[in-house]
Parts: sequence; structure tokens; C-alpha cells
Amino acid sequence: MTLSDVTMGELHELAGRYPHARSALLPMLHLIQSAEGHVTNDGIEVCADILGITAAEVSGVATFYTMYKRRPMGEHHVGVCTNTLCAVMGGDLIFERLKSHLDVGNDETTDDGRVTLEHIECNAACDFAPVMTVNWEFFDQQTPESAIEVVDRLRAGEPVQATRGATITSWREAERVIAGFEDGRVDEGPTAAGASLAGFEIARERGWTAPSLDAEGSTAGVADTKQEAEEQADTTRAGTETLIEESPADTAEEGNDD
Amino acid sequence: MTDLLTPVLTADWGTDRAWTLEEYRRTGGYRALEKALAMAPADVVELVKESGLRGRGGAGFPTGMKWGFIPQDNPKPKYLVVNADESEPGTCKDIPFMMATPHTLIEGVIIAAHAINAKQAFIYVRGEVLHVIRRLRAACREAYEAGYLGQDILGSGVGIDLVIHAGAGAYICGEETALLDSLEGRRGQPRLRPPFPAVEGLYASPTVINNVESIASVPAIVRGGHEWFASMGTEKSKGFVIYSLSGHVRRPGQYEAPLGITLRQLIDLGGGMREGSELKFWTPGGSSTPLLTAEHLDMPLDYESVGAAGSMLGTRALQIFDQTTSVVRCVLRWTEFYKHESCGKCTPCREGTWWLVQTLQRLDEGQGREGDIDLLVDLCENILGRSFCALGDGATSPITSAIQHFRDEFEAGLHTPSSELFPPAASMLFRQEEVTA
Ligand SMILES: Cc1cc2nc3c(=O)[nH]c(=O)nc-3n(C[C@H](O)[C@H](O)[C@H](O)COP(=O)(O)O)c2cc1C
Ligand code: SF4
Ligand code: FES
Repeated sequence: MTLSDVTMGELHELAGRYPHARSALLPMLHLIQSAEGHVTNDGIEVCADILGITAAEVSGVATFYTMYKRRPMGEHHVGVCTNTLCAVMGGDLIFERLKSHLDVGNDETTDDGRVTLEHIECNAACDFAPVMTVNWEFFDQQTPESAIEVVDRLRAGEPVQATRGATITSWREAERVIAGFEDGRVDEGPTAAGASLAGFEIARERGWTAPSLDAEGSTAGVADTKQEAEEQADTTRAGTETLIEESPADTAEEGNDD
Repeated sequence: MTDLLTPVLTADWGTDRAWTLEEYRRTGGYRALEKALAMAPADVVELVKESGLRGRGGAGFPTGMKWGFIPQDNPKPKYLVVNADESEPGTCKDIPFMMATPHTLIEGVIIAAHAINAKQAFIYVRGEVLHVIRRLRAACREAYEAGYLGQDILGSGVGIDLVIHAGAGAYICGEETALLDSLEGRRGQPRLRPPFPAVEGLYASPTVINNVESIASVPAIVRGGHEWFASMGTEKSKGFVIYSLSGHVRRPGQYEAPLGITLRQLIDLGGGMREGSELKFWTPGGSSTPLLTAEHLDMPLDYESVGAAGSMLGTRALQIFDQTTSVVRCVLRWTEFYKHESCGKCTPCREGTWWLVQTLQRLDEGQGREGDIDLLVDLCENILGRSFCALGDGATSPITSAIQHFRDEFEAGLHTPSSELFPPAASMLFRQEEVTA
């Protein structure tokens, strides 16, 4: 048994978080990956033991999900989204370039053990296409050059910062957070950035808001009312109105045309 | 008259440290919870019913009605599960939402759990979004520390626990019954219905499953009232939603607007299509919703209008492709995705997606055979309505709609590779001289 007492304790802790212990299996497998570098046979046995199920059952779960790796992983996991939208926007080319630059195929690790490259499915960041991930942190709007620079820095052990996220640690440290343990990096990175803010910024520029939230005689506190008052004050109503006036008319008219 | 864009869910995205409890409270956070805890659970359900809120996870089922299905006389514990698996290609709203303002979701969770008398809630978040998971875990901890979660919340006598649960990479786990199996520590495979989750869901107990955006809309409804909410949107599609614009537009991103805005309005707000670009086809609600074309630019993006046009509003994942893009290449790639993500439980989907990929590959390479297009249509007919869950149905959507709109492109696949007709370099975001791989 190679797992440390600490890890054993944490596996039990995860199992204790749920009304039915077996619900902890996915998090436990993430923790095994963090501790062991992949889902090991030992790890499978231990999970089975703790949950009172068979190793075959655990193994059946581990092989179902793509995030679980049955082979040793590189220090960093690099994912390139090649789902349709990213692929078209350049993801396919980025993936090809990285493969030849790193001299690996899909799901393979560089000789120096630093990087495992994998093409991934849509990672819910299509507005930032083409998207790459490192240890499941976002690297937005990549080009072949920027992607190569990131992997070179990773291989050189230089610090790398996610576009919307924290400083890159390692795949194993990431897996620990995913499993259920905080790492103190929550306050790194922005609230939102880039494309996420497109509509927000346009609304702010034009003074557009939703109807006031606490209008109907609520117990609204000072800060809130004040903030809303400010928003209203900012509003450039005149310019705005013209634009809105046009739109619903369009809408109503076109609505009938099929 | 409401404004064209109405940030509510996204209103604090420009605020520094909006993910912290301190910042959230400063803008009125957890005030809706106080109000809701003073209400009887059934009254909260009624309020949400009256607001007209419909599920934001794809199907558009009325949220209050779903909550009302929970049999309160059932002695088993009740559960609330938030579907934060966001994996439908094109869908990219819940992830930035949870990164920016996780407390809004948690406040919604507590209110919703109170409404259905659940003592235990879960947020099932996809595993591949590390920083979002960090923000959720920290927000959950802060909510416990502040007494918004745990026993006797704010002295109300109500007790609710919340677990942030990360998945492990499987699109099918977004399907609600597969999600439940996954949350029980099993392979994520859909369950037979009935029994419905409202009666026998998680641990065979009454369970509500809602999308992130549905639950996150609840605090605002409690604060603003159902009339406030219903003052936005169209007759049957009430309220505000996040539209996710991606692809060949000048300004991709998240746009929060009342239901019923048109694609033309959204694209124009961001300055139009990219340079030299013309709209060719788009998905209204992710890759599982039939493709539409420029013909539909002025259609209101609400549940009814998109449905009437033969597609679905889905998750409002507006993926925009211009004239440089091969529809055959796109459809092949989506189909490869469905084949990869098919859970294998039923034959039409497991075998069907395999055959679809074989056939589409030939057409993409310009090696299509006589009859391949009919074969595709035939395969789709055998999958649609005969698969065990909606993944199989969804897999056919891009194919049948693409053939309907662009049949000639598939016919060209009998002799010419898609990459010759549509050189991929022309579709990329970055400059083309880099393209020599
Ligand atoms: C293959 C498949 C994937 C799905 N993925 C998601 C998802 O990632 N997030 C989501 O909220 N709903 C997803 N759904 C829809 C859910 O099954 C369910 O309808 C939804 O979570 C209900 O929430 P709502 O009523 O709040 O919309 C998916 C459905 C299918 C068939
Ligand atoms: S339709 Fe596909 S994903 Fe759904 S149960 Fe059948 S094989 Fe599984
Ligand atoms: S298609 Fe790449 S993130 Fe959605």
C-alpha cells in the first residue's frame, strides 16, 4: 500500500461528506490521481475498500470518465479544444503545431515528463475560441505561437499565468482542488475578463439596465439603493431610447415571417 | 419599455472581487434569502411559478412547476441538485457566471432548497474548470461561516447543507438522470423514466434538478417580485437570459437581454460580423439544436419563435459561422463528439453515431459514395425518437438540418474534399500567413 496516512484520512473525509458514501467515488478518484499521478491499481483497491464495493465496480467508473488517467501523467496537462467552433477558429492548427513541436501524439507525454498533450471537447469558453487549457485553467484566444510559448515556459519551469484563473501549479495539485480541497488561490485572477464582459460593457456604455430591482417597497439597504441611483444617473436615456424604439418593431414584424 | 440589454445576472461582472462574500453583500447579496426564509416554502414555489421562469438548461420547463412536483407528503428526504455540467458545444454562460459571482448561485440554492424542503443540496460542476471550482468551494465555505448554510440558517430554524461536487469529464452527465447516477458514484448513464426524479431521483428520493442559470435567477425574482421579472421578455418567455455569442463575429461574448432579442440585434451590438464576413449558418442553442441560417436573423430568440422555426432555443449558445466554413466539416466534428460521448447504453445511438461518422468522413474527404446522403438521413431517422435519451436525438440535429439547408455541399463531398472547397485557413481567427502546418 503506497498511499500515505494523510491521503487515507482525506479519502475517508471525502466519503463522509455525502449522505451515501459511494457518492464520493468521483472525488476520491481525483484525489488518487493527485496523490499517485494517475489512477493506480492500489488506488482502486483502496477506494473499493473504503466504500465497500468491488474493485471491478471502481474500475468500471474510472474508465468511464475522460479525466481519469490509467497511465502516469506529465507534470502538466495541456488541452486543446478541437470541438467544432474552436477547431474552425484555429484549434485544429494549434493542436497540430503542438503535436509536432512537442513531438507527441494525442494523450502522450513529452520525453522530459513535463507535458501531456490531449485534445479536449468544448470547455464552455467558446467566446474565447480558440481555447487551450493547462491543468484545467483557461488560456483564451490562442494562436499557434502563443500556445507554443506557453508549453515552452512550462517545460522550462517558468511561471505561467492563466488568462482567467490562477498561476499554474501542476496537474496533480489541480486534481486535489477538483477532488475537494482548497489551495488558497481563489483570489487570483479577475472576476471576469475579455469576451465575458462584451454585453456588460455595451450596456454600461449606453446606460442600459434592467428595471430597478427593489422598486416595490422592499427593505432595501442604503448601499443598494445608492448604487442603483448612481446607475440611473449615468443613464444616457435620450441616445438609448432611439435604439430600443427600433428594435421591438423589427422583432414584431419579422416574427410573422415564417 | 425595457432596454435592449438588461444585466442582472451579469451586473456585477465588472466589479473587482465580486466572487467574495463581502462584495456580494455590498450589492444586496443574501437579502433575497432573508426575505425567502420569512416566507412559507409553498409561497416561494408560488412566486417562482408566477414569475414565469423557465428552465435555462435547455428544455425550458417551468421552474416553479418542477418544484411543485415534489411530493411533500413523501417521507424521504428531498434533494436539490444544480446542473453545472455545462458541456453542450457552444454553451459558455454558466462557467463565467460561477467564476464571477458564485454567491448568487449559492443564494439561489438555499432559497430553492427551502422552497422544496430539501435539507441537502449539491452543485454538480464539470471537472475541467479548475478556477470555477475554486471559486465555488470558497463561496460555499464563506456561506457556511456566515451562517447562510448549515443548521438554523439566520435563526430561521431552516437547515441546509451544500456540497460542491466536481465531475470527471463526460458530456452525458449533463443529462439529468445520468447526472444523478454519476452523483451516486456510478458511470453516468441515463435512467429509465418514469419514475421521474421528482419522485425517485437521487438515492431514490424526490429530487429537483435545475440548471445554474435557472437557480441563479431566483434571488432576483425574490427581491424584485414576479411582476418585475415578467416585465422583461415575451408573452410566454419571461425574464432575462444570457445569450452566448461565439464564432465569426466582431465581438463574441456574453450578452444578457430579455428573451426575444434577435440574432441580428445581438450581432449588431458588437459591431457586426468580422471583417468581410457573411453569416452562413448558426446554432441557436448548442450543437444539439438544428442549424439555422441568415433567413432567421430577425426571429425573436425566445422558446416559441425558435421552436416554430424548426429548431430549439436550448441554451442560447449562438455559434456563428461565416461563408468560409464548410458545413460538412462542422457536422463531421460535432458527430465525432456525439460518438465519443455516447454512453453506449442503447444501440441506435452507440452504433448509429459510429456509422454516421464513417459516412461523414467519406464526404468530408471528397470520397463520398452514391447514396451516402440518403444513408445519413436514414441513419438519423433510425436514431431520432428511438434512442434512450436526448443525446441520440441531439446528434441527428446538425446533420438533418445541414442537409436540409446545404444539400449541395454534401453532394460535392462525392468528389471534392471539404478542405478544397473551404480552405480551413480562411476561417481561422489569426492571420493566415502563419498557416503552414
Ligand atoms: C446530453 C444532454 C446534456 C445536457 N447537458 C446539460 C448541462 O450541461 N447543463 C444543464 O443545465 N442541462 C443539461 N441538459 C439538460 C438537463 O437534462 C436538464 O433538462 C436540465 O438540467 C434541467 O434544468 P432546468 O429545468 O433548470 O433547465 C442536458 C441534456 C442532455 C440530453
Ligand atoms: S442515446 Fe446515447 S447517450 Fe443516451 S442512453 Fe442511448 S447510448 Fe447513452
Ligand atoms: S468549442 Fe472550444 S470551448 Fe466551446
